[in-house]
Amino acid sequence: MTQTIPPTPDAPFAVEMRGIVKRFPGVLANDHVDFELRAGEIHALLGENGAGKSTLMNVLAGLYRQEAGIIKVKGKPVEFHSPRDAIKSGIGMIHQHFMLVPSQTVTENVLLGLDDPRFFMRLPEYDAKVAAVGERFGLKVDPRAKIWQLSVGEQQRVELLKMLYRGANVLIMDEPTAVLAPTEIEGLFDILRSMVAQGKSVIFISHKLQEVTAIADRVSVLRRGVATATSVPSRGATRQELARLMVGRDVVFALEKKPGNPGKIVLEVKDIHADNDKGLPALRGFSLNVRAGEIVGVAGVAGNGQSELSQVIASMRKCKQGQVILNSESLTNHNTLFGIQHGMAYVPEDRNHVGSAPNLSVTDNVIMKKYRQPPISHAGMLDMSAAEKLARELKQAYDIIVPNVSTPVRLLSGGNLQRVILAREISGLPNFMVAVQPTRGLDVGAIEGVHRLLMAQRESGAGVLLISEELEELLSLSDRVYVIYEGKSMGEVKVGGVEPDESLIETIGLMMTGTPLDQIQKEGVGANG
Amino acid sequence: MAESTSLQKKRSGYKIRVEPRLDVPPAWYPLLVSLGAIVFALFLGGILISFAGGDPIRSYQHIAKASFGDIGVLSDTIVKATPILLVALACSVAFRMKLWNIGAEGQFIMGAFGASAIVLAPVLSEETPRWLYLTVMALAGMGMGAIWGFIPGYLKAKLNVNEIISTLMLNYIAVAWVNFWIFGVWSEGGFQMSPKFPNVAWLPRLAEYAKEIPIFRGLTTHAGLLIGIVAAIILWLIVYRSRWGYEIRLIGDNAQAAKYAGINITSNIIYVMMLSGALAGLGGMSEVSGVVHRLQTAPIAAGYGFTGIIVAWLAKLNPLVIVVVSVLFGALILAGREIQPSGVPKMIQGIILVSLIASDFLLRYRVRIVRADAEE
Ligand SMILES: Nc1ncnc2c1ncn2[C@@H]1O[C@H](COP(=O)(O)OP(=O)(O)OP(=O)(O)O)[C@@H](O)[C@H]1O
Ligand SMILES: [Mg+2]
Repeated sequence: MTQTIPPTPDAPFAVEMRGIVKRFPGVLANDHVDFELRAGEIHALLGENGAGKSTLMNVLAGLYRQEAGIIKVKGKPVEFHSPRDAIKSGIGMIHQHFMLVPSQTVTENVLLGLDDPRFFMRLPEYDAKVAAVGERFGLKVDPRAKIWQLSVGEQQRVELLKMLYRGANVLIMDEPTAVLAPTEIEGLFDILRSMVAQGKSVIFISHKLQEVTAIADRVSVLRRGVATATSVPSRGATRQELARLMVGRDVVFALEKKPGNPGKIVLEVKDIHADNDKGLPALRGFSLNVRAGEIVGVAGVAGNGQSELSQVIASMRKCKQGQVILNSESLTNHNTLFGIQHGMAYVPEDRNHVGSAPNLSVTDNVIMKKYRQPPISHAGMLDMSAAEKLARELKQAYDIIVPNVSTPVRLLSGGNLQRVILAREISGLPNFMVAVQPTRGLDVGAIEGVHRLLMAQRESGAGVLLISEELEELLSLSDRVYVIYEGKSMGEVKVGGVEPDESLIETIGLMMTGTPLDQIQKEGVGANG
Repeated sequence: MAESTSLQKKRSGYKIRVEPRLDVPPAWYPLLVSLGAIVFALFLGGILISFAGGDPIRSYQHIAKASFGDIGVLSDTIVKATPILLVALACSVAFRMKLWNIGAEGQFIMGAFGASAIVLAPVLSEETPRWLYLTVMALAGMGMGAIWGFIPGYLKAKLNVNEIISTLMLNYIAVAWVNFWIFGVWSEGGFQMSPKFPNVAWLPRLAEYAKEIPIFRGLTTHAGLLIGIVAAIILWLIVYRSRWGYEIRLIGDNAQAAKYAGINITSNIIYVMMLSGALAGLGGMSEVSGVVHRLQTAPIAAGYGFTGIIVAWLAKLNPLVIVVVSVLFGALILAGREIQPSGVPKMIQGIILVSLIASDFLLRYRVRIVRADAEE
């Protein structure tokens, strides 16, 4: 564990925000919020979904204008009318959705929107400049690489580079780790540390409390638009304490897992082969089964075929060979509707591009799988009042924070959108559910909620296939875990109690890097008992 | 870093800055912007008129009179608006699904052909009751339009052929096809038009009821308007209140999500293109049966298919708004024809169009004027 050297407690303020108020139709997103950032610190901003974190940071980055309150940068009051103004004061924000042009090079993206160079790109010269900035902060990217060739982690570095090149002193990162694999997260932390070492300050939004305690010097917490803690030192803070500040009550991290009672097999995947979007093999003879009343996890490092697996099961991707069988009926290469009609629910990984229609209302989004039957539709016509009633019920039951159900879902905070999707899928009373990263971007309280919902599915006798990159989540929920590596199964391990033992974690770790279980058992390396 | 200073070189005067709008503007804002755009366009047109030596106020009065001045010209305006209305409805449903059907022109022409074939072949005898005769004509028009929509729809759905190209090309084929029939088979004494239709094939006009209601004397507004309004209402119900419309909206907003919801995108592409074609074809039927009363290329291939595209966009694809916008366009077209020199209304028409389309920019961006020296 490398803890950053804490900055002197009375380092000057890099940014002060006082009494910030920002309202949206029907929501008070920021209610007289105070926020302060000292020079040379990493400051974490915590809060439940919809607490107003992104909004507060958008105000600081000049994207929104506050209705009341003042912002001071290095002690001087400033007024931002656009991100351009903010960057001039040295404040740059990196959004969760990257704003890069895929077909252009790193350098071209960095220069985008700048007045220099004016007419001729003179790329080699600028490649060197961009590389030099990268060098300084330990951001390794090839300036000549095209964006589409880069991994998500590398693209994030380009976004950082863009801001650093513009001379940003304060970097705001909105949930930067939500899209990264564990190894990439370590890399990002190294970069952040090297940036603060050189006098920059970082604001870091995250829902993962262990990350916050690992990297942040100080923490501020928002709850429903109000600051409940400002600049408390994060050293020594426990997850429980942070969670209580966010949610206002104690959060249960370890769920009580009742002994399972697995029934008959609901889903069987037999030796499937499928290609990824680039046409390269992503699944190479993968098999698994899920029984009624159990949660089966799929562990693996991101990009080893997990996404493709879920898509093949949900008939969103062609399967070249092999079979998918749901309740003893073959789903292989049927259309998606067939699965839906046979009781399959699917929480996709990409909630913006697959799981929801951004410009349609909450109502339109929750009826996506129910609009074919009464009470939502009769004789080909939709009963909009029934649809709205359903939407209001789900909003209530799943605690979706949105002014009204006719709001387009693109205006929802990330976590609330995820709740809309989960509400829709679970309320369909599925007998089998595939959930891919269902808690990504959710706050601790909401994660607890989702875990309870998944457990409830299990107890009500549904089979759940949980695909996640969070090993801890998999181990605390699953009855069994398969490990996927390069599209192949490395074997299956049983998960006993809630507290997973060290050797089990070690075994799974080895399997995730490509050692099959039988080999581990044969050689006895940390073999599980 | 050096590049941040280069923006601040100008030390005095004002600068205009354009920034993307992130907040959602209130509901009245788009309406205000559209009205503002029209006022602006009229103002600009006024300046041009006075440059040309005219009196802008009098010219505008004249144009207003020529399109809304009395019940007679109002009726003519509505006659012009009717085909635009149906064609714009056709475009709107395809555009809603992000299918860029620019072939409404051809579908309209084929609709006119289909309806005419009932009269000219002849399929029905003149003794047939008028309501039945007209119904069959309407169905034939819709059928031909639907076929003309099916072809690009099928090509798009099955072979991923770009519908912009295929619908555009089919427009030319439609014209050539109709020309073949009216030059050869149905030519009236060697002229490039068919013989006039018998009365049974005419959509009823207001003038027919002049005996009972004297004010209708000479009015050419025909039942096509009614067809158009009913079609608009039905289309509104389909799009916003039916299962199918829900599927169309979902596919239009996010095709991946629609696939995820189990919606068959391929077949919907074909169905929506057929519906679009059928609506345009109905427009063609209404035009031959309500106005032209014979099959002839010039008056039916008058570019309604293209005007419809613009109307559909300006109405933001909402079928009920399309009714209103079509009437405005009918008025502009009429003014363009009635007034000499016809260049002026044409020009104003163009300016209004460009202003309206450009004003959309104000909905997505906000413009601020800042003091250049206040930047630091
Ligand atoms: N442009 C907008 N228009 C209307 N409402 C908005 C808009 N942006 C945010 N909101 C609302 O403001 C509230 C705060 O949203 P915000 O995105 O700041 O939450 P957050 O703390 O970032 O949540 P998450 O952790 O889920 O990302 C939410 O209720 C959200 O629905
Ligand atoms: Mg957020």
